[in-house]
Amino acid sequence: MTATSAASAAYIVAGLLFILSLAGLSRHETAKSGNAFGIAGMALALAATVGVATRDISAIGLTLLVVAVVIGAAIGLWRARAVEMTGMPELIALLHSFVGLAAVLVGWNGYLSVEGADPSDGGSTLRGAEAGIHSGEVVIGVFIGAVTFTGSIVAFLKLSARIKSNPLMLPGRNWLNLGALALFAVLTVVFVVEPNLLVLSVVTALALALGWHLVASIGGGDMPVVVSMLNSYSGWAAAASGFLLGNDLLIITGALVGSSGAYLSYIMCKAMNRSFISVIAGGFGNEGSAAASDVDYGEHTEIGAEDVAELLRDADSVVITPGYGMAVAQAQGAVADLTRKLIDRGVQVRFGIHPVAGRLPGHMNVLLAEAKVPYDVVLEMDEINDDLAGTSVVLVIGANDTVNPAAAEDPTSPIAGMPVLRVWEAERVVVFKRSMNTGYAGVQNPLFFRDNSRMLFGDARERVEDILRAL
Amino acid sequence: MHIGVPRETRARETRVAATPTTVAKLVGLGYEVVVEAGAGEASSFPDDAYAEAGARIGSADEAWGADVVLRVSAPSAEELPRLRDGATLVGMLSPAFSPELVDALAQRPITALSMDAVPRISRAQSMDVLSSMANIAGYRAVVEAAHVFGRFFTGQVTAAGKVPPAKVLVAGAGVAGLAAIGAASSLGAIVRATDVRPEVAEQVRSLGGEYVAVPAGEQEASSDGYAREMGEDFNRRAAEMYAEQAQDVDIIITTALIPGRPAPRLITEEMVASMKSGSVIVDMAAAQGGNVAGSVADEIVVTGNGVSIIGYTDLPARLPAQASQLYGQNLVSLLTLLTPEKDGRLVLDFDDVVQRAITVVREGEKTWPPPPVQVSASPAPAAPPATKEPAPPPEPPKPGRQLALVGLGAALLFLVAALSPDELVGHFTVFALAVVVGFYVIGKVHHALHTPLMSVTNAISGIIVVGAILQLSSDDGVVRTLAFVATLLASINVFGGFAVTRRMLAMFSRGPSPKGATR
Repeated sequence: MTATSAASAAYIVAGLLFILSLAGLSRHETAKSGNAFGIAGMALALAATVGVATRDISAIGLTLLVVAVVIGAAIGLWRARAVEMTGMPELIALLHSFVGLAAVLVGWNGYLSVEGADPSDGGSTLRGAEAGIHSGEVVIGVFIGAVTFTGSIVAFLKLSARIKSNPLMLPGRNWLNLGALALFAVLTVVFVVEPNLLVLSVVTALALALGWHLVASIGGGDMPVVVSMLNSYSGWAAAASGFLLGNDLLIITGALVGSSGAYLSYIMCKAMNRSFISVIAGGFGNEGSAAASDVDYGEHTEIGAEDVAELLRDADSVVITPGYGMAVAQAQGAVADLTRKLIDRGVQVRFGIHPVAGRLPGHMNVLLAEAKVPYDVVLEMDEINDDLAGTSVVLVIGANDTVNPAAAEDPTSPIAGMPVLRVWEAERVVVFKRSMNTGYAGVQNPLFFRDNSRMLFGDARERVEDILRAL
Repeated sequence: MHIGVPRETRARETRVAATPTTVAKLVGLGYEVVVEAGAGEASSFPDDAYAEAGARIGSADEAWGADVVLRVSAPSAEELPRLRDGATLVGMLSPAFSPELVDALAQRPITALSMDAVPRISRAQSMDVLSSMANIAGYRAVVEAAHVFGRFFTGQVTAAGKVPPAKVLVAGAGVAGLAAIGAASSLGAIVRATDVRPEVAEQVRSLGGEYVAVPAGEQEASSDGYAREMGEDFNRRAAEMYAEQAQDVDIIITTALIPGRPAPRLITEEMVASMKSGSVIVDMAAAQGGNVAGSVADEIVVTGNGVSIIGYTDLPARLPAQASQLYGQNLVSLLTLLTPEKDGRLVLDFDDVVQRAITVVREGEKTWPPPPVQVSASPAPAAPPATKEPAPPPEPPKPGRQLALVGLGAALLFLVAALSPDELVGHFTVFALAVVVGFYVIGKVHHALHTPLMSVTNAISGIIVVGAILQLSSDDGVVRTLAFVATLLASINVFGGFAVTRRMLAMFSRGPSPKGATR
């Protein structure tokens, strides 16, 4: 058993551990052990790699290795500890960008140490087809990595509200994207035939621009899909690096992450009744909204916090449907207190979570878990929808498009056909809202004007606390 | 048609087959009702009240001579000839226990319907006199026990000292048992209950009782809604459990009955002897031979060690007004079924299982016993855990197009693989398999775990650190610098991703509250 064969064996085991990790995370009961499998796999892979690398690494290289890992670990652990749960989407987007950038750097290194190396230095040892394949791998790896990098950066900026989350509407944006892809194909061929630094730089710049444009033209409401799509990209980037380095572990892991992220995006898209392509192409809610806003829906009725408390006191069952607004207002703690209070009074309280509520898949669940809401009262849309008709009071906290009856009833609505929580079937609906503005989709919500709907305006957290006091 | 309600003549029978309330409903069905004078006296229903409800007060002969005669208990040998030819008699005839009565009925050209033979199906619940009477009997059994028991049921702390609560054991959690559990626990006693059917544990708890199981053995589920006789081994283990409980509890109420058989002996002489002085046993099965050794029907027996054994068989009749009302309502439900046109004409339909089951004699022809009725309400012996059906797959695209796509993909893959050197093909194999595994592994992820899943995949995609580390061993300064940066970035991912996942997963907790957790 040589060091290399030992490392290969360790890689196989690590790959299996990663699969177990993803499998474990599919259920609450096994999620923690899933994470532990992941850590074990990563530790094994790192140990094996360091073992192989230290054989022919210089003292400087070794020092750099230790310093880089220690600094990276320190930053990573610090961020993980410090991040607010409402800030999860930003953090995850930022982490995606790191993978993307790392993939770009690995790709560049691949070029510099093979094609770009001075032959007299004993650099390039590849001939013919092998050299061509290597070059191809370099370009593809750099391309995917760069798209991931800038895409994630834009997503991060949008999610942390550092730039506007409105979709960027360049004229002919689809042609721009297609043109970039075509240009990339051409440049790849050029680079394979004649590898040179210029072409690689152009490809990198092109990919950076494409990544930026792709995500910039997607609206804030589609962010859950974007984040999981970038998750997928970061996986493909890792896989591409694996091809480049001939490392099976990277290929396995990258492919796992890539395909799982793609599938997750697909689930998200289905939850919004939209095709994956149209989400990527971006520009949602800008077509039909003008026509829809002309309709006169009638008057909405306001309600005070004390009256809501009265409603809740007499209710048998309450369903809370939170949305991004709850995260923005940091209202999850107050909502959890309200939940406990109502349960103590013998009221059945459950949560109905729309698959795309929030800015990250499962975002609401994480927030509610942080506020110590037991996860078995937090139900998915499909689990709760049929029960809504028998519910006394529904509290809509910071959600809008996910509870819009127009999706189910108005075929001309831009969000027609999107599965929504049918809250309007309940006896009473109380909508917590800052104002009468439209949601991310820019679509007016007829729910607000229904006879059984009441509007409670103001900051969600303050209003929930008012209700708590009144109770 | 006329309905006659004669006075009950059996000893200790205080009930009556119709009350003013039910008479009004019978009149509503189109019948003329004749009530024998004084029939409702023992149940505190005066004749005037019947008259007000629309009945005619008549003599015994008039009541017995009606087309339909409603009774509580079976007619005596003297009363039977008073029925006219072609009459229909309805009452609790217990055909299984009194074959001679059935034969006597069959001598006459009459129709006899037995209310205690109503099958236990949901549709017939409104006519199920066994249930309505058992409910009353269970309540009354607790009251009788409390009457004889020389102490409080509830525990109290008073200035004069502490009073411990009484401990009650209810054997058999049928309707009577459940009523007894509810009555005893609302009096404040500590109530335990046992039953051969483990599925009743939940019902016991819902009424405030504690379910005492017979220690593990084969599980018995009944197919007709009633308990059955048990195996020998089971009985031995049950006996041990009863012996243990007898020493501890103050009051035992036994309700174990098996239809058509003598009552099972649950409490032996030794168990009675082991009980504390002043303890009370109510044997609700005394009429069928008794669950308790030494019980005598309709009497209170006090044993040598001061244990009172109550063997009353007329417990429902000790609550006559209520019992009559419930029984009368059961009869109204039956007559509603038998009078489909609401025109006062009784029609017997033998295709209906309920009507078939209760008919003991039809126009002088013996029709007892009826074919068995299977009750669907009983749970399967070992219900398999409900498996959630996987969601139906999304509607596949048109087969032709799908085939073309698959074909194109396969051809492309083939070309790439065929033109590649061996090493690359190996990598492709690994890649393709990993993609497929990724799809399948992720397919069943719970929606709530999407965020932790993403952060874990994020951490895992930090595996690119491996590539960066390998490049660190290069001698080229530029390469080394880039690799350094890449290693640093990827390390942030690895450590940050796993740490944040850990943090999130630690927050997910299952709630302790059963109220909210109804899924």
